[in-house]
Amino acid sequence: MVSGLDRRRVVEALLAGRGDALVVTGLGSPSYDVHAAGDVPANYYLWGAMGSASLVGLGLAQAQPGKPVLVITGDGEQLMGLGGLATIGIAAPDNLTIVVIDNGHFGETGMQDSHTGLGIALDRVAAACNFAVARTASSQADVDAICAEAGRKAAGPRLFVIKVKAENLPRSLPPRDAVFIKNRFRAHLGLATA
Amino acid sequence: MIQERAAAPAALHWPDVLYQSLRDAGITHASYVPDAGHARLIERLRADPDVSATVLTTEEEGIAVAAGAWLGGKRSVVLMQSSGVGNCINMLSLPMIARFPLLMLVTMRGEWAEFNPWQVPMGAATAPALQAIGVRSFHVETPEDLLETVSAAAIEAFDGDQQIAILIGQRMLGEKKW
Repeated sequence: MVSGLDRRRVVEALLAGRGDALVVTGLGSPSYDVHAAGDVPANYYLWGAMGSASLVGLGLAQAQPGKPVLVITGDGEQLMGLGGLATIGIAAPDNLTIVVIDNGHFGETGMQDSHTGLGIALDRVAAACNFAVARTASSQADVDAICAEAGRKAAGPRLFVIKVKAENLPRSLPPRDAVFIKNRFRAHLGLATA
Repeated sequence: MIQERAAAPAALHWPDVLYQSLRDAGITHASYVPDAGHARLIERLRADPDVSATVLTTEEEGIAVAAGAWLGGKRSVVLMQSSGVGNCINMLSLPMIARFPLLMLVTMRGEWAEFNPWQVPMGAATAPALQAIGVRSFHVETPEDLLETVSAAAIEAFDGDQQIAILIGQRMLGEKKW
């Protein structure tokens, strides 16, 4: 599936109506995209631990059941945590939404084809893992529909794959001090930071 | 990785005391890949309406889930068998670099009366692998030692942002019945 969508515009649109959502980002471009849309304490950026983004999102969603949790990650990052979709499907938090910004490539390492670029459908994996909602978007209208839907309550976990152009945009770098980001995030929730 | 093992003699009841120590330490979140040595503890955690207990497909997921739980204000424990520690290594960069509290309870295989030689390599590598990534480990051989170590480790983890694995000796868990 070829898409002309610009990942920065997509992420900007997703975050424009974020309200009190807590956001976790997968390493690489999704972290840069979310940072470019505005650096706020309710963002937790990952710079490593590939495959962890959705699972950090799961733990956060379980600990904060009253708040929407939005994971924004890439196709390569989610592919490394494929089993985690089964774990999330069983845990079934109704406040967790995963958005995979899918350029079909390993963008950080030379734009090699990824599994999604070669035909693996992450929305079908998520559907098989009992996600309440799982679908793929490739047009602006699809993205608008996701933005509208993401703000509403769901029956269970949701996964949206958004196909975007494969391109390396200028990096917008979040702080690499993971302790600072952690404590800033916890302080935002009124939790102790010592 | 899951390898079957007979449960420890029920007469000891140490898993029930262990469960209570974890709850007393403020733990309300758990994740696990099952092991027979953890069977009773998993049962108790799952039966507790105030604890969120999540089954994992592979052990490294638990490291990420525990970090997320801490971000949201909950204290989490991760349960696994020694064979799963090898799966966790790169994921452990997350609690190491971000100083997330981490409490892992690891039941050992491949170190005492082990009938399955395939368990020996990772059993022997468990403590060195944890040390290599920076997680401190404590090897316990008796229920008394385990309970004391859990209480001490919970203070270090959740009050001091430390990353700690407690390795529960196979000698204590009992020989696998086959």
